[in-house]
Order: sequence, then structure tokens, then C-alpha cells
Amino acid sequence: MIPASLHYHRARDLTEALELRQAYGDQLRPLAGGQSLLPALKLRRDRVDTLLDLGRVTELSYVAHRDDHLAVGALTRYHLLLGDPLVDRYAPLLAAAAAAVGDPQVRHLGTVGGALAQADPAADLPLALVALDAVVVLRSATGARQVPAAELAVAPGVTVCRPDELVTEVRVPLPGPARWRYLTFARPALEWSVVAVAVADSRVALAGMGPTIRRAYGVEAALAEGAGVTVAAARADEGCDPPDDVRASAAYRRHLSRVLVARALTDSGTTVEEPR
Amino acid sequence: MSIDAQPGTTTVAVTATVNGRPENRRVPARTLLVHLLREELGLTAATVGCDTTSCGACTVLLDGRSVKSCTLLAAQADGADIRTAEGLADGDRLHPVQEAFGEHHALQCGFCTPGMVLAVVSLLQENPGPLTEHDVRHALKGNLCRCTGYHNIVRAVLALDGARRAG
Repeated sequence: MIPASLHYHRARDLTEALELRQAYGDQLRPLAGGQSLLPALKLRRDRVDTLLDLGRVTELSYVAHRDDHLAVGALTRYHLLLGDPLVDRYAPLLAAAAAAVGDPQVRHLGTVGGALAQADPAADLPLALVALDAVVVLRSATGARQVPAAELAVAPGVTVCRPDELVTEVRVPLPGPARWRYLTFARPALEWSVVAVAVADSRVALAGMGPTIRRAYGVEAALAEGAGVTVAAARADEGCDPPDDVRASAAYRRHLSRVLVARALTDSGTTVEEPR
Repeated sequence: MSIDAQPGTTTVAVTATVNGRPENRRVPARTLLVHLLREELGLTAATVGCDTTSCGACTVLLDGRSVKSCTLLAAQADGADIRTAEGLADGDRLHPVQEAFGEHHALQCGFCTPGMVLAVVSLLQENPGPLTEHDVRHALKGNLCRCTGYHNIVRAVLALDGARRAG
């Protein structure tokens, strides 16, 4: 299998990439690590007129500690988050999510920004970023804006990123959570999570439970009211609309979400008295 | 470049160092790296198994790290240092990972072997160890052996890891 015929252009740097996005918008599809986009193009589930390869935009590969946040460049490959001293110290939840992505080969190419732009409802990094209440920076040739990670995706494969913009950075607010846990349930041969949960202090986020990654507000509200882990986790699927698909039925996903949230809360050390 | 005309070409010049040799080819932009290697350069150790980023039979080293060459455009590898299983041995002397695979009978039909060996080379470079059996199995999850010969593959990797710490 190979992609349908396409045009290819390698951006020299971020400035050129943004100028081209401004001039040609969606006629140019950004190519980051390609670990989701290329399989889709090969299967002809997706088609592009022109690929705008961002592989040389190395200025967007970094992890930096700033005053009140940890900044991660959009073209930082997953494997660079593993063992990074700043990530280990300030956002170990990100490393846990990165470790859950695919396999070493995929982690050597896939990028944080690529995962966000792809907006897969079962993606690992975006799930951790939602739990961490991270902010995504979208940049165009004329300026930049910040969007909460939870509001970036609006549907599977669809984000609020405009045709003239690129995802350039994510910012994880500091101090990070004192208690955190990343748990995914996946069929090993398929890699993608059926359901995954990320806990960061009082925030709980779920993947695989609807068209986009979302916060489990029912669980969060229950915990805020002083509920025990079991009672709170029972509300994991509240407001969710999980898909019935090849990976799992909707009912099974609901069950999984409650089990995983209970485990993640317990493992993260959420110390709330059980009511019974 | 000017932005007056929409950028992008249907063919791309790819210059890369492959197994230590400079190579230069012009290929259709949609060409995958595995096809450049197999069909343009005649390097057939990287095989196309699943063609869906799952089996790892197409694994090569890109600037020293394992990647699946069925899920990378040849154009993306421009300027890179690429190593395939053909380029591992030093003349008649096999690479230590190749030696260990032979020693521990870590191959049966051989289809997955080039990718498996390169995945192990990448693992040992990245992870100073010591490695547990779980570490090894987890690190090789992107490489499937259709003979299900994992046991001896893991044994070979653990032996390599032990040897490098002993030596």
C-alpha cells in the first residue's frame, strides 16, 4: 500500500511553514512524525493535495522550564519525553503517557503536536495534557493564541486549529499534580487504548469514551463532595457517549471507565474514606 | 523560495547515507522508505510484512534509532544516516546482536529477523540496562515473530545485556 499521488514540500523553518499556511491553508497538510497520517494515507482513509513536511523545523523540539509552566515544543518526539529530567521532575504523567504510545519505533518518530492535531479520541499524550490542564499554543504568521488542551479537539480528527495555524507548543502549568496516575486498557495487538484514564490531583480525564478526550466531571464533583473512590468512580461514564465499534462495545467501555478510574484514583493515592 | 506558486513537487530528490555509503535518488513524493531501500537500492533485508505499522519487519535505523520504514516517506529520510541489516556486519564479522541471535537460536523462518535485530541494536543503544525479561519483551512489542519464537529472542537480548555489563 502506498499513498495516492501527492505533492511534497519540506519547510525550511517555522517562518516559512507559517507563511505557506497563511497563503495556502488546508491545501497544505502539515506532516510531523507521520505515525498516524501516513497509515491513513496508505489506507486511503485520508487524502492530501500537498504534504508540508515539518521534519526540519527542529526549533520546535524542546522541553523548557519557564516561570509557571513546563513548555514542550510541538515537534518533540515521544521518545525525547522519556528520561527527560525536566519532564521527570515536573510532569512525570507526560512521560507515563508517552511510554504508553505504540512501540519504540513509533515513539522515535511521533510528535506531541502531531498527536494533538490528529485529535484521536483514544490518544495518549492528549489525554495526559487534558488531565494536566495544559494549554496548547496555536501560531499563525500574524500571531499566536492559547487554547486549553480540553478544547482543542471538537470531533475525531477535527480541531479548532485554523488552516493558517500550526500547533507550536504545549504548556503544562506548574506546580504539577502531587498525585497522578496514567492507566490504559488496550488490546496489545491493536495498541490503541479502548479506554484510558489520567488522574492529576482532583482532575480526571478519559480517552475512548466519546468523540473527544474529556474530563470526567461526575467523578471530579463526587470527589469534591468528599465521596469515596468507589462512589466517585461509579460516575466515570456520566455524560459520556462512548462509541460502539470494532475495539469494544459502548457498554463495555462504560464498565472499563468505572474500573479504570477506581484503580487510577486508588493508585494515585487519592485518600478519601470509603463510605462503607 | 517564492510563495507565489503553491509549493510542492510530485518527485523528490533523496540524499542519504545508507550503510555508510552516500546515495542519491529521485523518487515519486509518495514513495515509502522501505520501497526506496528495496526497489531502488536493492537492499531487501527490510521486508514488508503487515504494511500497517504493526509487525516491525521493515524496521531500519534512522540516525541510530529504530523506525518502521513502511511508515516513513523516503523524502522524510533525506539527509539521514540509514542502516539496514545488510550494513551491520563488519566484513565477515557479524554484529554482536547477529552473533547472539545465532548463538541462542533466536530465529526460525527469518522473516522478522532483520527488523528484530535492528530493534535490539536500537534498544541496547538507548537503554544502558540492566534489562529484565519484561523490559525486553516490552521494548520488542513493535516486532512480531510469525513463528512465535520470542523465547529465544528474549534470551539472546538478555545474554547481550549481561555480557556488556560483565565485559
